[in-house]
Amino acid sequence: MIDTSMYKDDPGYNIQEKLDIPYDPTLADREYNPQKPMAGRLTDQGPPHYEQFFPEVIKKNYGKWLTHEFVQSGVIKYTSETGDLMWVVRCATPRLITTNLLREIGEIADKFCEGVCRWTTRNSLEYHVTDEGTLKDLIEFLNNFKHPGGSYKLPIGGTGAGITNIVHTQGWIHCHTPATDASGMVKAVMDDMFEYWNSHKLPAKLRISMACCLNMCGAVHCSDIALLGIHRKPPFVEDDRITGVCEIPLAIAACPTAAIKPAKVTLPNGKEVKTVRVNEPRCMFCGNCYTMCPAMPLADEEGDGVAILAGGKISNRISTPTFSKLIVPYIPNELPRFESVCKIVRNIVEAYSKGANKYERLGDWAARVGWERFFEQCQLPFTEKSIDDYRLAYDTYHTTTQFKWSSHTDKLMKEAGY
Amino acid sequence: MADLKKHDTPLLDELKKGPFPSFVDDLETRGKGGVQCCYDLLGQLELSYVHKETHWKHGGIVGVFGYGGGVIGRYSDAPEQFPTIAHFHTLRVNQPASKFYNSKFLNKLCDMWDHRGSGVTNFHGSTGDMILIGTSTDELEPTFYDLSHQFDMDLGGSGSNLRTPACCMGKARCEYSCLDTQAICYDLTMTYQDELHRPAFPYKFKFKVSGCPNDCVAAIARSCTSIIGTWRDNIRIDQKAVQAYVGGEIPPNAGAFSDRDWGAFDLQKEVIDLCPSGCMYMDGNDLKIDDRECTRCMHCINVMPSALRTGVDCGATILNGAKAPILEGAQMSTLIIPFIKMEYPYEEFKDYVDLMWDWWMEEGKNRERLGELIQRQGLAHYIVDILGREPIPQHVKEPRSNPYPFWKEEEVPGGWKRNLADFRARHLA
Repeated sequence: MIDTSMYKDDPGYNIQEKLDIPYDPTLADREYNPQKPMAGRLTDQGPPHYEQFFPEVIKKNYGKWLTHEFVQSGVIKYTSETGDLMWVVRCATPRLITTNLLREIGEIADKFCEGVCRWTTRNSLEYHVTDEGTLKDLIEFLNNFKHPGGSYKLPIGGTGAGITNIVHTQGWIHCHTPATDASGMVKAVMDDMFEYWNSHKLPAKLRISMACCLNMCGAVHCSDIALLGIHRKPPFVEDDRITGVCEIPLAIAACPTAAIKPAKVTLPNGKEVKTVRVNEPRCMFCGNCYTMCPAMPLADEEGDGVAILAGGKISNRISTPTFSKLIVPYIPNELPRFESVCKIVRNIVEAYSKGANKYERLGDWAARVGWERFFEQCQLPFTEKSIDDYRLAYDTYHTTTQFKWSSHTDKLMKEAGY
Repeated sequence: MADLKKHDTPLLDELKKGPFPSFVDDLETRGKGGVQCCYDLLGQLELSYVHKETHWKHGGIVGVFGYGGGVIGRYSDAPEQFPTIAHFHTLRVNQPASKFYNSKFLNKLCDMWDHRGSGVTNFHGSTGDMILIGTSTDELEPTFYDLSHQFDMDLGGSGSNLRTPACCMGKARCEYSCLDTQAICYDLTMTYQDELHRPAFPYKFKFKVSGCPNDCVAAIARSCTSIIGTWRDNIRIDQKAVQAYVGGEIPPNAGAFSDRDWGAFDLQKEVIDLCPSGCMYMDGNDLKIDDRECTRCMHCINVMPSALRTGVDCGATILNGAKAPILEGAQMSTLIIPFIKMEYPYEEFKDYVDLMWDWWMEEGKNRERLGELIQRQGLAHYIVDILGREPIPQHVKEPRSNPYPFWKEEEVPGGWKRNLADFRARHLA
């Protein structure tokens, strides 16, 4: 059992009684006075204590689990030293969900799982049951639980040697800096990869992540496959509004390549204003200036698109955690279904599935066969954009005579007339 | 209901097809139920699909009284076309550790958010908060009042604050967990409420807690202080169960490879030969591990969870400095404390946090992450001078290959003040 004695006095501990009281839509209107914001204010109370949301079987077996087994894709059976068994059903959500779906998620929890559910770090939803009959009913229910357009509301899968849910960012649905859409691309890629979502047929787990600009709210930089929105045009400089909306020194300091310099210009109305100029050949399109200065927007329908990075991982299993590497520098935003992104992801996944050893992650496979072979087998052109020229670029230089003959060297030989 | 207006969304309608859950269908269903802002949200997204550019304005500072984070301002740049999303601010709500909920909570939250906002959410944001997407400035204070009074909930972090700590499910479900991840996450969240709500840092700061080196919350890739469970004693071996794996009675890796024929399980090839430190061998029918050579990568335990278990003398490895590429390039967390006992009330750990934060708040430049400060001032300086820890080989992958260490004057006999006349007396110029 959990020792919660130290938290019993905590105001956030006993939430259940509070949750039994129906929501009062008029409470804040009655009690909150904008003239006296501190009156009755509760601050710094933190989240409720997690233990109060556990199902009974977890309260009882906390820290006592012995082993687990994926009985099928998306279904995990847990065995406790107390002899208790628990099954977990994992299902995908698109992360962006409405209260309509949230209420249905709660109804399913009430019907099958003592009212409890849990979300994973990768936006999947998990239900816990303690008998096989309920498990069967829950699986059958979820398999028939669909949106009007026919997609599953909560499809089961995401375990073992397959592709689990894509972690992603907001994209055009809610963010001011994206170079592409997030939810739409995730939908398109997961539709295409669905056979790997609900199966265990890859050589190891494969993690796809998606971030809609270089800020990487989704921290995609250590993923087997990372989909990343990028800009390719330097920022505008809105001379007529920059002094009103920006701290110019902060915008200058934000540039990692020192491409932004202070300037004075005369506006068409004759007024002289302080502004900045961008040394455009030095721009690396990171968008950090726009983060600091709303008068330097980068977004552009022709400039923006998607880059793909691959071969990263987080787990310390066998090999150490590794960054993803830039393998496709740019794909235009193809809306609504991002066909080229989907095709390239499929090529990579299929080449990996065919070539990798059991337990071998994508990046370990690429390192073993050589990146020259990786590009060849994934049918990807290698471009100079994949050769690093930023900080620590030297770490990626190829300082050995050991390399493999590949289509790339074959072409060179042919061109040389050898 | 009378003037409910659905915009044409031919591009987005394509995203209703296919098996993966359609967010378009979810939003549209809610719109159809009488919620105009969901129609407007889809309408504006469709416009972005046509223009291939976002239609949200840059920022806008909004918040709740007394807090410097937790609310993200958001305004449409096409408010005449989409009036119900003209203001569409976000609240980050601190999730319960490891994200278990019950339906009572979810239903009440839905009642609240339907009343105060759009009914659109993220479960969850990348850092781990529940994200309530879409309300007007007028509703921010009442929403916070409702959350704090009717739910005992609080806002999460944003801006140059401590961001909401996050953890894996730990001992709630996982037999690998060497740490009580939820307890640590909860305690850090409660201890550092001031840092979480009031910006006093150079930039964002993140704690993440994973129970074992499999690192399911990606602590090593995305937290300034990664707390990752490990053990000092021996991997526990059930020899009978090892033989059950060899005999094919238990599927390897908990059945993670069940949909492909990889042939019979081969202990030598799949476990012993893949061990990165080569510390495993067979002695007759017994599997042996030279635990002193083990680097605790988890592979053998992952392959045979019913036969091998982590040790029982558990604690955490602490690593520092992970971040995404903006600005100096992506960084992984680097090993700082090889082993620390993580027992309530975590005083040893918090003493270390104080040293780390004091240095970063003193020396860090505006928008400089801890990992970037460590790079700028040097890992050795941080470990030795700031934290007062002894340097050990585990702090580096390999020793430096250039001969340029910064010797300090006091390390060199006689110091740096020398007599030039004496020097020249020995050496003609």
